[in-house]
Amino acid sequence: MSRADSLVSTQWVEDNLGADGVVLIEVDEDTTSYDKGHIKGAIKLDWTTDLQDQVRRDFVSKAQFEALLSERGVANDDTVVLYGGNNNWFAAYAYWYFKLYGHQDVKLMDGGRKKWELDSRELTDELPTRAATSYTAQEQDRSIRAFRDDAVAAIGVQNLIDVRSPDEYAGRLLAPAHLPQEQSQRAGHVPTSLNVPWSKNCNDDGTFKSDDDLKALYAEVGIDDSKDTIALCRIGERSSLTWFVLKELLGHQNVKNYDGSWTEYGSLVGVPIALGDEPGDA
Amino acid sequence: MCGATAGGLSLDGVNVAKEAVVQGQVTRDGEPVGNAYVRLLDRSGEFTAEVPTSATGHFRFFAGEGQWTLRTLAPKAEPVDKVVHAAIGSVAEVQVAI
Repeated sequence: MSRADSLVSTQWVEDNLGADGVVLIEVDEDTTSYDKGHIKGAIKLDWTTDLQDQVRRDFVSKAQFEALLSERGVANDDTVVLYGGNNNWFAAYAYWYFKLYGHQDVKLMDGGRKKWELDSRELTDELPTRAATSYTAQEQDRSIRAFRDDAVAAIGVQNLIDVRSPDEYAGRLLAPAHLPQEQSQRAGHVPTSLNVPWSKNCNDDGTFKSDDDLKALYAEVGIDDSKDTIALCRIGERSSLTWFVLKELLGHQNVKNYDGSWTEYGSLVGVPIALGDEPGDA
Repeated sequence: MCGATAGGLSLDGVNVAKEAVVQGQVTRDGEPVGNAYVRLLDRSGEFTAEVPTSATGHFRFFAGEGQWTLRTLAPKAEPVDKVVHAAIGSVAEVQVAI
């Protein structure tokens, strides 16, 4: 993969509004933001209801994902272009999710909703209609998804990249600072994980930095190219963005996203935790 | 909408005693700016969080103790930085004019 395969600009999206075979999808942390205005023709996926099983703590099944996309009118050969707020956190999560279920042609709109708004481009409250399809998903691609045992086994062995803010990594905050800090699990990070905040991948306007800058960033923190990599954050959405950078933009092999992330790891009984700004020992 | 009230954002439902709240309003020529983005940067300048403003231009963060910088981005405006001090149990109100 490369930037050209996986990323489109806001201008490209504007130039391709209404194009056949291109489906724009907005996915936001704030699930009401689509309703306040969205890019013309875009449909919405709600990460809390559409993409999460409503009973178990897990993703929707292959059958549920097929039913969801069929009902929303997404076809297997469509080019899916994802965008969202918060610098594409949840759009990157949805990108990873589409890859997990084997959708071939998925792209992120560089900069997401913020860039679109800062460009003063048009938003609408008009709801598009799309004819239902018969979507077929693949079995989950486990080569891009890490589970808790993978995270524990990676301590001191693989690259663990913790993409939360420095204060969350060190254990001084339990959640991003736009959310109340009322969680019960332990604070800190997985020992030996390197803290590379997701925001270091992006410019202020939410667009990704250049490939050269991104390569320099990961070289500087000492990521070992010969080893597999697991990215994690608090609930797996910010780490999807870093997964996107490492796997799709920079072409690293064997990069997994740990969607259980700190809300799971920090609640496990008996696993090692490091506090403070240093990675800590295995 | 965030239940904005004159003089600041409503704190209904927020346990102020346990939080270091940083909040405020973004305005342009005295009018609220509802399509701005406010970024919270830590003492080293590292990004910590970002929120879009509400229709009334308001924003809120739950920060930690200490010094923070608010960086405000809006269409057709230069970014504006404001330094703010947060403390558990208090609400730091910040007015940002772009």
